Amino acid sequence: MESTVAIPRPTVKGRSPEPSPNQQLKIDVEHLSFFYGDKRALEDISIKIQPNVVTAFIGPSGCGKSTFLRTLNRMNDIIPGARVDGRVCIDGEDIYGSHVDVVAMRRKVGMVFQKSNPFPKSIFENVAYGLRINKMTSSKSELAGRVEESLKQAALWDEVKDRLHESALAMSGGQQQRLCIARALAVKPDILLMDEPASALDPIATQRIEELIYQLKTNFTIVIVTHNMQQAARVSDYTAFFWLGRLVEYERTDKMFTAPSEKLTEDYLTGRFG
Amino acid sequence: MRTPAPRKILSALFVGACGLSVVLALIPLVFLLFFVLSQGVQALNLDFFLNDPRPVGETGGGMANAIVGTLMLTGLAAAMAVPIGVISGVYLSEYRGSRFASAVRFAADTLNGVPSIVVGVFAYAVVVLPLGHFSTLAGGFALGVMMIPIIARTTEELLLLVPNTLREGALALGATRGRAVFTVIVPAALPGIITGVVLALARIAGETAPLLFTSFNNAFFSTSLTQPISSITVQVFTYAISPYEDWHRQAWAGALVLVAIVLICSMAARIAAARVARIRGQ
Repeated sequence: MESTVAIPRPTVKGRSPEPSPNQQLKIDVEHLSFFYGDKRALEDISIKIQPNVVTAFIGPSGCGKSTFLRTLNRMNDIIPGARVDGRVCIDGEDIYGSHVDVVAMRRKVGMVFQKSNPFPKSIFENVAYGLRINKMTSSKSELAGRVEESLKQAALWDEVKDRLHESALAMSGGQQQRLCIARALAVKPDILLMDEPASALDPIATQRIEELIYQLKTNFTIVIVTHNMQQAARVSDYTAFFWLGRLVEYERTDKMFTAPSEKLTEDYLTGRFG
Repeated sequence: MRTPAPRKILSALFVGACGLSVVLALIPLVFLLFFVLSQGVQALNLDFFLNDPRPVGETGGGMANAIVGTLMLTGLAAAMAVPIGVISGVYLSEYRGSRFASAVRFAADTLNGVPSIVVGVFAYAVVVLPLGHFSTLAGGFALGVMMIPIIARTTEELLLLVPNTLREGALALGATRGRAVFTVIVPAALPGIITGVVLALARIAGETAPLLFTSFNNAFFSTSLTQPISSITVQVFTYAISPYEDWHRQAWAGALVLVAIVLICSMAARIAAARVARIRGQ
């Protein structure tokens, strides 16, 4: 990426705060670069994420935070001309390795998209979809049980339990997004990637999603991309700040929002640009 | 502030020209419907639907054999063209960038533009000649060949309208590409595909040229696949060029029935599509 602004290079790039050697890293990215054709969208990103924490990716539009999120479950594979350099290890295994079963990997790394994308099916069938295609249940009652459990985890059960067989597209925007979360949770992933999950929602629906994220982190490792710095401060344990395809600073959220080590981070957080 | 007079006049002129064009475009349709209806109704009675044609000189008789023939021919064509056309459409939309897909697309567009009589000659060469005689199969084959490119291109265009986010949603849940296509993307486009198929059916139901030397005609009631069979269009043609007054009236009635079938098909397609869409809450 080209820029006319002189960008101060971070002194320590992508360092991980307080690495604890005993704990197995959930996500370990080393020297990742990403290209759309000839255009480099991400440059040499390294980041280590531990299990059961919420990590927020922040940065101005076009900084590469969504692109980076999508490299973590190889969702960029379907874009023609996309190319990746470097390693992305999940539970110690490089997901870009040659023997990796991408389909099985994506089951382990769930994703919730910016625009809610329920399938044009019933509420029940939306949640059951992943269970059916992966043949994860052996009986009808088990399937129904898993659907109910997932809808409860997504705090949606009470609102929809009497109309499970109605169309998912008749729900409100906030409900649709929680349905997409339930759908992702149903296949019991380890990691949940969320790409601006609340950007199209009103403040009350947003608050519900944030409460949900807080509850879910006991069972899942969550990575959330957000435009909203207050949201990052509220929901995350760690924050990564991206700028023009680079990872500028990666720090505990409370520290980053009170005493960022990079001048660029401070300028962004205080609203001088972006 | 007032609009200047020249601009007002210009605006009125343009609105007037648009209205006139619409009226001119609709005149042929209105006349066609008017003539077919007024002439056709006279010869239309229950006998027309229940009886086969009578020999020259005898009054009465109907087109029961031709109506059944048209239904069989279009049914055969659909049985052949719907699976091939829909699956080709899926291929075209999934591999839209590939060279082979471009070649297939070009071939489909060319086939779409081939005069229907040429399709008839083709069916004559590949079905009628080997079998040694005209048959329902040959007619259905000719109509099917005409239907495939229409369905393939319609399906392709409708699949491209399905938002990519649905595909990503399915892939993110661990669906393979094929699974995502057949369990999410095709179902999402289904109302449109149904409409497209029925409109294609309505179009080929009105074809005469490809049937002239494939299914030919049959004065008697037949449901055999290997025998020649009557069809409304060929029957109307035969009657219309005859010198008999009674046959002319029957030809008008046949034309009316054909128009009615096409109209009913189009309406059924719309209702079916609307119902599928409503179930899904789209």
